[in-house]
Amino acid sequence: MQTPEEYELSRRGVLVGGAASVATVALVPAVAAGAATAPAATPTTKVSFKVNGADRELDLDTRVSLLDALREHLHLTGTKKGCDHGQCGACTVIVDGRRINSCLTLAVMHDGENITTIEGLGTPDRMHAMQDAFVEHDGYQCGYCTPGQICSAVAVLDEIRAGVPSHVTADLTAAPTVTAAELRERMSGNICRCGAYSNIIDAITGVAGAKA
Amino acid sequence: MKSFTYERVDTPAAATAAFARTPGARFIAGGTNLLDLMKLEIETPPHLIDVSHIALDKIEATPEGGLRIGAMVRNTDLASDARVRRDYGLLTRALVAGASGQLRNKATTAGNLLQRTRCPYFYDTNQPCNKRKPGSGCAAIGGFNRLHAVVGASEACIATHPSDMAVAMRALDATVETVDAGGKARAIPIADFYRAPAKTPHLETVLAPGELITAVTLPRPVGGTHIYHKVRDRASYAFALISVGVIVQRDGTGRVALGGVGYKPWRVEGAEAALPRGARPVVDGLLAGAKTTHENAYKLPLVERTLAGVLAQAKG
Ligand SMILES: Cc1cc2nc3c(=O)[nH]c(=O)nc-3n(C[C@H](O)[C@H](O)[C@H](O)COP(=O)(O)OP(=O)(O)OC[C@H]3O[C@@H](n4cnc5c(N)ncnc54)[C@H](O)[C@@H]3O)c2cc1C
Ligand code: SF4
Ligand code: FES
Ligand code: FES
Repeated sequence: MQTPEEYELSRRGVLVGGAASVATVALVPAVAAGAATAPAATPTTKVSFKVNGADRELDLDTRVSLLDALREHLHLTGTKKGCDHGQCGACTVIVDGRRINSCLTLAVMHDGENITTIEGLGTPDRMHAMQDAFVEHDGYQCGYCTPGQICSAVAVLDEIRAGVPSHVTADLTAAPTVTAAELRERMSGNICRCGAYSNIIDAITGVAGAKA
Repeated sequence: MKSFTYERVDTPAAATAAFARTPGARFIAGGTNLLDLMKLEIETPPHLIDVSHIALDKIEATPEGGLRIGAMVRNTDLASDARVRRDYGLLTRALVAGASGQLRNKATTAGNLLQRTRCPYFYDTNQPCNKRKPGSGCAAIGGFNRLHAVVGASEACIATHPSDMAVAMRALDATVETVDAGGKARAIPIADFYRAPAKTPHLETVLAPGELITAVTLPRPVGGTHIYHKVRDRASYAFALISVGVIVQRDGTGRVALGGVGYKPWRVEGAEAALPRGARPVVDGLLAGAKTTHENAYKLPLVERTLAGVLAQAKG
C-alpha cells in the first residue's frame, strides 16, 4: 500500500480516476439512445454469470468492473466501493469460491463464473453464521466495510481449512491453524476506518470455534 | 478509463496471433495492476487480450528435478503448493508477504513479474515522469523519494521494482519462458529479464511487444534455510521499504537477494562468498556504488541490519 506522503500525492489522481468511472456510467445510456454527437460506439460485450445462485446476462461496456456490474447494473448495492483501486477490500466478493477485489477486475472476464455477494451469503431473516457473529460481536460501527469484511472472513476460514499459508504461519510444512494472529494477517486486505478490528476478529474466531 | 475492445483467448498461439492483429493491444491476466493503471489512464490499450483462461495454470516437475510454474498460476496457489512450501520456502514466504489475500487470489506469476513501479509520481498524471511519459523529466529526483532506488538508478529514473515474488525468483535462479508473436520460444534467466532504466525507463524488461510469458522454471532445490524479511511501514498489506531474501546453508554459505533497492530484484553473486563472515562484508559488495537521495539513505544501514538479523535467525 502507500505511505502517507504517497497517498497525499496520488489522492488527486485517484479522484480523477473516480470521476472518470462515473462519467463512464453516464455515457452508456447516451450512446444507447443514439445521441448524434456520440463518438464511435462504445464497445460492449455480452457476459453471463451466476450471481447468488441466479443466472444473469448483461451486455456491458467492456470497462465496467465486476463491482460496478453488481452495484449499478444488477442493483446489488451490498458490495461497497471504497477506493476502487484494490487498497481497501470494501468490494470483496467470492468468485468460484475465492475472495477477490471486485473493483480490480472486469465484469466481462467472469463469463460462466459463480459470484457470491453479501446478499447471497444470507438474508436478514436467515443470516449466514458470519453475519450473525458480526452482529453478536459488534463487528462494525458505520458498516461501510462490513459486507467486504464478512465475505473476506468466510473465505479466510476456507483458506485456512484448505492449508493456504500466510505471512505469520510459522511452519510452512504444517497445516495452518485458526489463531488471532493468523486471522489478523489474513484480514489485512480489509480496512476499517471505524477501527472495529478487534470485534471483527472476535466474530470470526467465534464462527471458527463453532465449526471446529 | 479509455474504451477498449476485449477478447478472451484459450491458447498461447491464439494470444500472440491476437496481438499481431491488434497493434497496441495488451494481455490481461489477474488485472490487478493493469486495470489499476488503466483507471488512471496511465495505461490506455485499445484492445485487451484476456489470457487468464489459458491452461497455463499448472505447476509441474521438470526432468531436471525442478518445477515449471505456469504463467497463469495464481500467487495463492503457488504459495500453497506443497513442493514449493517444502523445497522453495523462500518463494512462499515472499509471496505471502505481498499484497492481500484477495489480490493474491487474482495475481498471476507472469503479471506479478511485470507489475509496474509504485513511484507516486508515476501514478500522478499531473507530474513529470520519464517512465510514464518519456522525456518529461523525473519528479522523484529532488522530490519525495524515500521509497526509491539506491542502486542501478539513472539520471532519468530512480524507481524500484515493487515485486516481492521476483526477489525470491532471483535468489532461486528462476528462468522466464516466453513465446513471441512469431511463435518462437525462448528462456530468459531472471538475472537478464529486467532492463536498467538508463535513458529509457519506460522499457522495463527484455520482452518484445506481444511476447507472452508462458512459464517460470525453477532449478533443483538447493536446500538450506529460507528466510524472507520484508520491512514496511505497517505490518501487512504494504509494499516493501526494503526486503532481504536469503538461503543459508549449514556451513554459512548461501545466497542473498534484495527488494526495494533497485529497478530489479538485486543480487550480486560475487558478494555472497562473504556470507560466512557476516552482513557487513556482504553488503559492501552487494550495494557497492550505491547512490542515495536526501530521503532514502536510511536504506543502506537498514539492509545491513536486516541481513544481520536474518543471518542470526538462520543460525537458530
Ligand atoms: C493495493 C495493492 C497492494 C499490493 N501490494 C503488493 C506487495 O506488497 N508486493 C507485491 O509484490 N505486489 C503487490 N501488489 C501488486 C500485485 O502483486 C500485482 O498487481 C499482481 O501481481 C499483478 O498480477 P496480475 O496477474 O494481476 O497482472 P495484470 O494486471 O493482469 O498484468 C500486469 C502486466 O503484465 C502483463 N502480462 C500479464 N500476463 C502476461 C503474460 N503471460 N505474458 C506477458 N505479459 C503479461 C500485462 O499486460 C500487464 O502489463 C499490490 C497490488 C495492489 C493493488
Ligand atoms: S523515479 Fe521513475 S517512475 Fe518515478 S517519477 Fe522518476 S521517472 Fe517516473
Ligand atoms: S473498492 Fe475495491 S479494494 Fe477498495
Ligand atoms: S465499520 Fe465503519 S469502516 Fe468499518
